[in-house]
Amino acid sequence: MTSPILTARKLNKRYGRVVAMEDCDFDLLPGEILAVIGDNGAGKSTLIKALSGALRPDSGEIRLDGKLVHFSSPIQAREHGIETVYQTLALSPALTIADNIFMGREIRKPGIMGSLFRQLDKKKMQDFARNKLSELGLMTIQNIAQTVETLSGGQRQGVAVARAAAFGTNVVILDEPTAALGVKESRKVLDLIKTVKSKGIPIILISHNMPHVFEVADRIHVHRLGKRLCVIDPKDYTMSDAVALMTGAMAPPDQEVAA
Amino acid sequence: MTDAPGSVDTRLPEQETVAEFDSSHKSTFHRLLGFLQATPSAIPLFVLITAIIVFGILNGHRFFSPFALTLILQQVAIVGIVAVAQSLVILTAGIDLSVGAIAVMSSVIMGKFTFDLGMPPELAVLCGLATGLFFGTANGLLVAYVKLPPFIVTLGMWQIVLAANFLYSGSVVIRSEEIAQRAPILQFFGRTIEVGGAIFTYGVILLLLLVLLMSYILSQTAWGRHVYAVGDDPDAAELSGVKVKATLVSVYAIGGLICAFAGWALIGRLGSVSPQAGQLANIESVTAVVIGGISLFGGRGSVAGTLFGALIVGVFTLGLRLLGADVQWTYLLIGALIIFAVTIDQTIRKVSL
Repeated sequence: MTSPILTARKLNKRYGRVVAMEDCDFDLLPGEILAVIGDNGAGKSTLIKALSGALRPDSGEIRLDGKLVHFSSPIQAREHGIETVYQTLALSPALTIADNIFMGREIRKPGIMGSLFRQLDKKKMQDFARNKLSELGLMTIQNIAQTVETLSGGQRQGVAVARAAAFGTNVVILDEPTAALGVKESRKVLDLIKTVKSKGIPIILISHNMPHVFEVADRIHVHRLGKRLCVIDPKDYTMSDAVALMTGAMAPPDQEVAA
Repeated sequence: MTDAPGSVDTRLPEQETVAEFDSSHKSTFHRLLGFLQATPSAIPLFVLITAIIVFGILNGHRFFSPFALTLILQQVAIVGIVAVAQSLVILTAGIDLSVGAIAVMSSVIMGKFTFDLGMPPELAVLCGLATGLFFGTANGLLVAYVKLPPFIVTLGMWQIVLAANFLYSGSVVIRSEEIAQRAPILQFFGRTIEVGGAIFTYGVILLLLLVLLMSYILSQTAWGRHVYAVGDDPDAAELSGVKVKATLVSVYAIGGLICAFAGWALIGRLGSVSPQAGQLANIESVTAVVIGGISLFGGRGSVAGTLFGALIVGVFTLGLRLLGADVQWTYLLIGALIIFAVTIDQTIRKVSL
């Protein structure tokens, strides 16, 4: 059996008297798309924030490739090759596509222009951005220097996913990537997710949309009451089963969840 | 990362891609707005050139001479320098009401430390610059870490610095002759270069160099991109890995330092050190920035626009004065320009292209 790339064991997080995570476990296998589903308030965003470095769990451990990691900020998680596409996308609308892709990790020119005058290598960044977008099938870009605000919702999602896929060497986390999109654009984003997977990058997909989850996920992590209830194979269960598990209407299968 | 570029094309035929960056269907109006969005300093430049031509025609050679045109530069130099600092702050969606007070305080420190404490003037200048840096940093820390609104922080700082300035100086002016005799370096930016009737003070040259330097920094360095990103959407910037707080502090700190340079240049312009000077620099700098096309909502605009904005004010002031018009006409027209500029900004920001 392949060993998981990202694991969490016995994560706990409390906000005052509210328990957001209680002895929560998590496993992501290499190359898979793992969907995380759960009712509102089940604590899935707390789990995802812990994995992406946006919050520190009170206790428990997270391992990347078997090595213990502690993230105190999303930037640290990024340095470990874990990229997150937030629901808000975290793009700066007035800046260009290339600016956005390289925000916070700009490339400077070689030589004295870069070291002393701190000049950015815009051409290199634009070429890289263009390559990444075309690799993901987000081609037909005439102008990589156009601002993000000139793009449609789906296109913006595409830029955010491209940024994550470009730098997410270990894991890409997608938080509700289709929630704000129409049918046609959702379709394209789902295709994009499959393309990213085909590049061998494992993906954690948080979504409320059962058809989307069942279409792309290899396994489904069902989150309930602050912990993992079970992991199911979408081929063995129906969407209504998944919803029943999520809401507690159905008892979880008796299984060994750990991969 | 494993690359499998071959698999992409089969999966996503080109006509069905997520990102279709097609602009062929855009109307002329949209293309114009797109151009203005990309080049926000275009309108102020257009207004500036038009104003120069119109006043040139109306006033003839009295206005359209190297002397008069460079006189405008001299008259806007101080406000222009302060406006560069203001630009940085407004790009982060903030505002700095304390710029003028910091400039004056810095100039008073330079003068008092030289004449009262008997410091070497060079050292007093450094102390003055450090004063600007100090108050700017204080603004930045309060905005970034205590999370107070920039308007409130700098409104308070304005009062504090101005009062400290009057308390410390006793509102006493240090006379020009005295400075020229004992500490000419304080008047450094008042020195001039003459090129065929055109007179450039060192203060004007400082302004122009500062605009060039800041334009480079804002467009060509990571820090500059971060300033825009922070102004555009601080949460997005933070999640993208920008150190938002550090960027904010540095912006206010550099703003304070630039104001201190403006204070130094102010001594050159006046000849004397006057605690009463520069009272309107905060409002005038905001005017220059806004007319220059920088969005008050942050993330949009350029310092070149700010320079044009300051020059527009200068051209209107001199042009109307030469026409013999009441000075109130200048204020009236500048007021109209401010509203016009913000209207344009709103239009550009709201239209999704």
